[in-house]
Amino acid sequence: MSVRQALLALLEEGPMYGYQLRSEFERRTGATWPLNVGQVYTTLTRLERDGLVVGSGADGDGHVVYEVTEAGREEVATWFTTPVGRGTPPRDELAIKLALAVTVPGVDIGTVIQQQRSATISALQDYTRLKRDRDDRTPDDLAWGLVLDSLIFAAEAEVRWLDHCEARLRRAAGLSVAAAPATPTRSQSERTRR
Amino acid sequence: MTAPDTAVLRLDAVTRVHGEGETEVHALKAVTFTAHAGELVAVMGPSGSGKSTLLTLAGGLDAPTSGTVSVEGTDLATLGQKGRARMRRTSIGYVFQDFNLVPALTAAENVALPLELDGLGSRQAREQARAALGEVGIAELADRFPDHMSGGQQQRVAIARAVVGERRLILADEPTGALDTETGEEILRLLRSRCDAGAAGVLVTHEARHAAWADRVVFLRDGVIVDETGADKVDALVEAGATR
Repeated sequence: MSVRQALLALLEEGPMYGYQLRSEFERRTGATWPLNVGQVYTTLTRLERDGLVVGSGADGDGHVVYEVTEAGREEVATWFTTPVGRGTPPRDELAIKLALAVTVPGVDIGTVIQQQRSATISALQDYTRLKRDRDDRTPDDLAWGLVLDSLIFAAEAEVRWLDHCEARLRRAAGLSVAAAPATPTRSQSERTRR
Repeated sequence: MTAPDTAVLRLDAVTRVHGEGETEVHALKAVTFTAHAGELVAVMGPSGSGKSTLLTLAGGLDAPTSGTVSVEGTDLATLGQKGRARMRRTSIGYVFQDFNLVPALTAAENVALPLELDGLGSRQAREQARAALGEVGIAELADRFPDHMSGGQQQRVAIARAVVGERRLILADEPTGALDTETGEEILRLLRSRCDAGAAGVLVTHEARHAAWADRVVFLRDGVIVDETGADKVDALVEAGATR
């Protein structure tokens, strides 16, 4: 649903045609969630049907330029002042994978966790590298910076959760679930855990 | 400049055992680890994994049970007590979670302290200290006392103290632990830039978001390095992240 509201919000700045809307959306969100032009035009058609925008004829190059209506402005205002609902959590492949790894026989869950943590930290390193050379000088930079931070905090949360799962599994098993090359003897792992 | 080797810190098959017999604890087990000039390496792991032991050994504050620890190509074990102390003043900089500044000294005096202890004249030491404070972006706070600075500013002073006098090994133990996220990030940015300028940095942290500023991330568990993440690929990740 957020594409609809996002396009409406962009139109608050002034009339635009579909392709412009797409580039504005992607510029501010760092192309993290790419939109295709078809999706933009379908959304605009629906917005027009619902009376939230009007297509005000073609510009010199034949683009149909859209303008937000008063009802559209109200919808944008409502969107900004209403918290995003948590709703039903979207399917989380990793949580499902661990839930199965801990119950299906023959899966080395320690390795599953370690490999995922490595992959997520690599992703975090890449996001951080993107962040390193940026500053918040323009509003667009700031917008993309906030999206990048959202990706960073989400990846960090995933790593923390993986750490937590690992600690919890170790406690439950009473012995190490360390990845294969590091498997310490039982007596050592018990001593270091004091 | 004796060898082309750029490793500023090298741990070779380092084992550290605390206690003996029944109470023996293997804090580190045959760990091999390097930090090169221009590189920031993060060390992660749960409590008791050996992170702090690694940092203590790297700083010459403790000696390994077996294996060698070398800084700038010198095996610390060959130095003796005095030599190691000198090495700590001239080659190794420490950054702690709680800043560890001397409250009775100004920022510039804190930074100049290791230089003066090393025998440098106090005027020269102050000059270098002011330059170091400039490099960490707080030249104007040189005459302030730690109590009159924010946490982030104090940590900047601590980093200036860690790098003053051309020291090339920075050992940071949870340097952002006491700071809010935004200030913590500025400190990591600074640490990163000191490494980009040629220092070797080792950052011990339990926060993945901070470890992500490093070139390599090493995971310790039960005294063993279980994994290492070093990434070269910069692009394509935003896309990969979006499809997850």
